[in-house]
Amino acid sequence: MKILIVAETDGGRVSEKTLPAIAFAQQQSPNNFAILAIGENLQCIETLTGYGAQAVLTVSHPALTKPLAERYAPVIAHHAHQLGADAIVATTTTFSRDVLARTAGLLDAPMLSDIIALESANGKLVAKRPIYSANLIGTFEVEGSPVVMTVRGPAWGKPTPTSAESPVQSAEAPPDIPQRAEWLGLQGGSGGRPDLTQARVVVSGGRPLKDPETFEKYIGGLADALGGAVGATRAAVDSGIAPNELQVGQTGKTVAPELYIAVAVSGSVQHLAGMKDSKVIVAINTDPEAPIFQVADYGLVADLYQVLPELTELVKNSRA
Amino acid sequence: MKILVSVKRVPDPYAKITPSATGADINRDGLQMAVNPFDEIALEEAIRLKEAGKASEVVAVSIGGAESQEQLRTALAMGADRAILVQTDALLDAPSVAKILAAVYQREQPQLVLMGKQAIDMDENQVGQMLAAQLHLPQATFASKITLENGSAIVERETDNGIETIKTPLPAVITADLRLNEPRYVALTGIVRARSKPLETLTPADLGVQVQTRMRLVKVEAPPARKAGKRVSDVHELVRLLREEARVI
Ligand SMILES: Cc1cc2nc3c(=O)[nH]c(=O)nc-3n(C[C@H](O)[C@H](O)[C@H](O)COP(=O)(O)OP(=O)(O)OC[C@H]3O[C@@H](n4cnc5c(N)ncnc54)[C@H](O)[C@@H]3O)c2cc1C
Ligand SMILES: Cc1cc2nc3c(=O)[nH]c(=O)nc-3n(C[C@H](O)[C@H](O)[C@H](O)COP(=O)(O)OP(=O)(O)OC[C@H]3O[C@@H](n4cnc5c(N)ncnc54)[C@H](O)[C@@H]3O)c2cc1C
Repeated sequence: MKILIVAETDGGRVSEKTLPAIAFAQQQSPNNFAILAIGENLQCIETLTGYGAQAVLTVSHPALTKPLAERYAPVIAHHAHQLGADAIVATTTTFSRDVLARTAGLLDAPMLSDIIALESANGKLVAKRPIYSANLIGTFEVEGSPVVMTVRGPAWGKPTPTSAESPVQSAEAPPDIPQRAEWLGLQGGSGGRPDLTQARVVVSGGRPLKDPETFEKYIGGLADALGGAVGATRAAVDSGIAPNELQVGQTGKTVAPELYIAVAVSGSVQHLAGMKDSKVIVAINTDPEAPIFQVADYGLVADLYQVLPELTELVKNSRA
Repeated sequence: MKILVSVKRVPDPYAKITPSATGADINRDGLQMAVNPFDEIALEEAIRLKEAGKASEVVAVSIGGAESQEQLRTALAMGADRAILVQTDALLDAPSVAKILAAVYQREQPQLVLMGKQAIDMDENQVGQMLAAQLHLPQATFASKITLENGSAIVERETDNGIETIKTPLPAVITADLRLNEPRYVALTGIVRARSKPLETLTPADLGVQVQTRMRLVKVEAPPARKAGKRVSDVHELVRLLREEARVI
């Protein structure tokens, strides 16, 4: 199987979010994968080398300075076609959901979203992926080539460094990239904290955190003491307590850190969908019956306002 | 301006979903069905645009068995002007669904297609993007705010990196995220009025579409269960266990 990995970029730099897709390719087709990175004068290309890709293709073009699906999809389709790729793969993110599904549309290719396992049997690919808000796992059979795939980051982990070279080559953009949609701006950013989907520790807060200041003081404070990222429930985001991009769950991000601390989070199925693969889960909640305790390795029935300051201090001291 | 909104029939988001006895599907006995919540948001947005005088007609379309009429009736009750059911019991994958929607688009010639970003059953998050690609239309996925002006849409999109704003000329395909709006509660008068609104039934063949399905679901299973751990009595015990037992801090 020849795999073309699409690197996640914001048009200016390559993101480490690409790494699980590389790990996927190493497992599925270690000697036959290439990586395509699109943007203009891309930084951090070295994120992609050293993992055994046969080539790291970079496409640089002034129309590609921002990751607009309408512009990126034809570039991917063009190179997938040129390489004769059997699979076009990226890590599941909003970037890949937007861009790769459009690529599948251009190529009239079937697409597997957010897969956690893949094998081939009798000329068909057989993939597993979460369905029904990750309440169930579905096994899908797909025929044809190419197949477009997004792979669930936590299921594939990090790639193994190899000594094989991965030559970086510049590649052409196809002519006539459509340029109807325009990029106007981006608001957000993690404020210097680690990226939520990459962090080793995530501290998440729910609706009872009242307002942005309280949320930042308690949840942000504990996260900083642990060197971790901050997450939130949809209820917290909807109440204006936390910014949208911190939402964890079915309609937010999927995370699987080594340690996930859920503070005043009830544990709805939609929230669990985004964090239940975390290695160690801690729940702090006043309600002993809260569903979050059913998935927690360590549960503390307590009022967050009473215990979080002390917990934050203890963590600071134990790490000092 | 005409807006086309696609509506998928899915299990109620709060229903408990379990694998069927054969493991080939989910247990559908007594399962409550609903309009896909993201499609409900797309419909609400279309209806608000009509109420604000920015759209003239809202057409809802669903693909599926005769029972999908129920969800189209809900769409009409919310305020859609008419509905189209593309009736089929064939097994369809996302490219096929997009092909049928593309044929409906060609027939209706709307200036805007609004739809959910994702169906909460298969969770594929593909159809809108595939439809836009097939029709060579621009796309704006995961919309949390839409402003129409002078033949363009300014769309705020929810991305992993924050809120991105893009501007696209119309016609375009826009997919709705959760925070775009809060769908209205359907009033009884709406339900009564909806009975007299037109609901047309077509088949894929009527639209000249032949679908070929390359992907199928063969097995459904529960994910490995996580077992509940232990209760700790205070933060001192918690920190000690995280350090000595779990070794994560
Ligand atoms: C289609 C759809 C998609 C959704 N997607 C998502 C998603 O991606 N992510 C997501 O999170 N949700 C999602 N939701 C919403 C989800 O159903 C829940 O409403 C939400 O997760 C609840 O958030 P919460 O736990 O903050 O709030 P609540 O359910 O209100 O829970 C608050 C918890 O805090 C506890 N508590 C109260 N005071 C204190 C205190 N002082 N100290 C400690 N504990 C306290 C309470 O006992 C309670 O358990 C979605 C819903 C739908 C319908
Ligand atoms: C008649 C029929 C039979 C099917 N049988 C099976 C089956 O046996 N096994 C199986 O696994 N799957 C079956 N499916 C489901 C099918 O595989 C998925 O619906 C399809 O792959 C799209 O995936 P998704 O729903 O996750 O779409 P997403 O890409 O997540 O959906 C995005 C948006 O596309 C629109 N959309 C999607 N589907 C429809 C629709 N049917 N009508 C109107 N709008 C729609 C909605 O607006 C939705 O918000 C069937 C579907 C149909 C219509």
